[in-house]
Amino acid sequence: MTLFPSREVLTVTGLTRQVQDVLEAAFDQLWVEGEISNLRRPASGHLYFTLKDEESQVRAVLFRPVARSLRFDPEDGMRIVCRARINVYKPRGEYQLILDYAEPRGAGALQVAFEQLKARLQAEGLFDPGHKKPLPFLPSRIGVVTSPSGAVIRDILNITKRRFPSVNVLVAPVRVQGVEAPGEIVDALRLLNEAPGVDVIIVARGGGSLEDLMAFNDEGVARAIFASRIPVVSAVGHEIDFTIADFVADMRAPTPSAAAELVVPSRSDLLQQIRALHDRAVHAGARALRVRRERLETLAERVRDPRRRLVDLRLLVDDRLGGLTASLVRRLRAERETLRRLETHLQYLNPARRLQTLTFALENMRKSMITGIFRQVEGLRERLAGRTALLDSLSPLSVLARGYAIARTVPGGRVIRNARDLSAGNLVGINVAKGRFNAVVTTIEEE
Amino acid sequence: MAEVKFEDALAKLEEIVRKMEQGELTLDESLASFEEGIRLSRLCAGKLDEAERRIEILLKQEGGTDARPFNPEPEGDDQ
Repeated sequence: MTLFPSREVLTVTGLTRQVQDVLEAAFDQLWVEGEISNLRRPASGHLYFTLKDEESQVRAVLFRPVARSLRFDPEDGMRIVCRARINVYKPRGEYQLILDYAEPRGAGALQVAFEQLKARLQAEGLFDPGHKKPLPFLPSRIGVVTSPSGAVIRDILNITKRRFPSVNVLVAPVRVQGVEAPGEIVDALRLLNEAPGVDVIIVARGGGSLEDLMAFNDEGVARAIFASRIPVVSAVGHEIDFTIADFVADMRAPTPSAAAELVVPSRSDLLQQIRALHDRAVHAGARALRVRRERLETLAERVRDPRRRLVDLRLLVDDRLGGLTASLVRRLRAERETLRRLETHLQYLNPARRLQTLTFALENMRKSMITGIFRQVEGLRERLAGRTALLDSLSPLSVLARGYAIARTVPGGRVIRNARDLSAGNLVGINVAKGRFNAVVTTIEEE
Repeated sequence: MAEVKFEDALAKLEEIVRKMEQGELTLDESLASFEEGIRLSRLCAGKLDEAERRIEILLKQEGGTDARPFNPEPEGDDQ
């Protein structure tokens, strides 16, 4: 007890406050590297974990806004480098790190961060092919974002010079690795967008480890490339290295040299192309003339032709005429033959012969007709004689001659066959064989 | 540089030559195309000779930036 005569007794709170003052002042901002373990994610969205190495560990907190700004997802076992301050949590008398930035350390973790950022920017449309701008055919001024020293800028200058000696280059010098690199690259892109005449930009860096290329996997750089109104060609690392910048850029070149070749056409190729076109124009022009001359000659030849054609026509006419004559002769012969045949036939059908026959028949008929007529007249005469005799015997005259009389009414002249048709006093006419006389009826006797 | 862009002149030259080669132009058109084609090919070739190479570097100044002629320092192992 005598060792500490003026002992000062602190309360726990007092002690803790002193510890807090000292620690928080001394460790206001520090960088710490360690491995994440015992990661917890409560509903608040803050992340709690232990940062440890082989021998020690310290509690750490990532508050939600910071956690959300990270370009990777912290996981147990992941090594990180973080910027933090010390906080003393008085109720528990514990100290812990409050992180305001963290980045993964080690290839695996970097790869994770890379994939995560890539997926996010892709979903946002930063790699959209529709957004990619075409490169100018022949740039008037090439902006180059790269380190002003080293092989990259020299390669680019050499190749542009070789391909197209008169092309202009504006270098925007930047650091291509380290913490400052992303900000400088973003600035350079902006400045080149403002510089007069720049119509294409190459963002280039030589090969390196994944860590070395980190600046080109930076989200800010990606967005600056996306925002550039001048087309951007990325050429970062070796051919096998793909960075976020490569995905956002309007075109990706496998190497800085390739970027220079992509951006600058070969002057000699162009000259050759122009020369070829020139030659083709000359040939086509000459051919246009030649074709027309030939056509003209053909036409001229055809203009001279009529005389030759006349001869042809003459020969043709002659030929046709010959044919015609032959056919006429043939036809005449054939018709003459037909005629002859018809004549023979006609001869056969000569009516003279038939006339003879008919004359003979007519004569016969005439003879028999005459005979017949005579015979008929004879017969008729005989019949007439017979009838005349009969008539004689039946004639009333002959009856009258035999003393009969015929009485007729007067007037009327009707033959009286019945006495009752008469009355006394009637006049009657009486015919006798010789002459006639009238008489008056005196009496009537009926039978 | 004149207003006509190199690639436009080249494209036009190609178009003219293609039309001439199709042989469907009238003689007058063909002759006019020929003259135009020769003119364009000279124009294009001329454009390739026109500019003079300038290599510059952006330097940060007070109140902005400035472009200065640039010569990368040669490195022995690369040259």
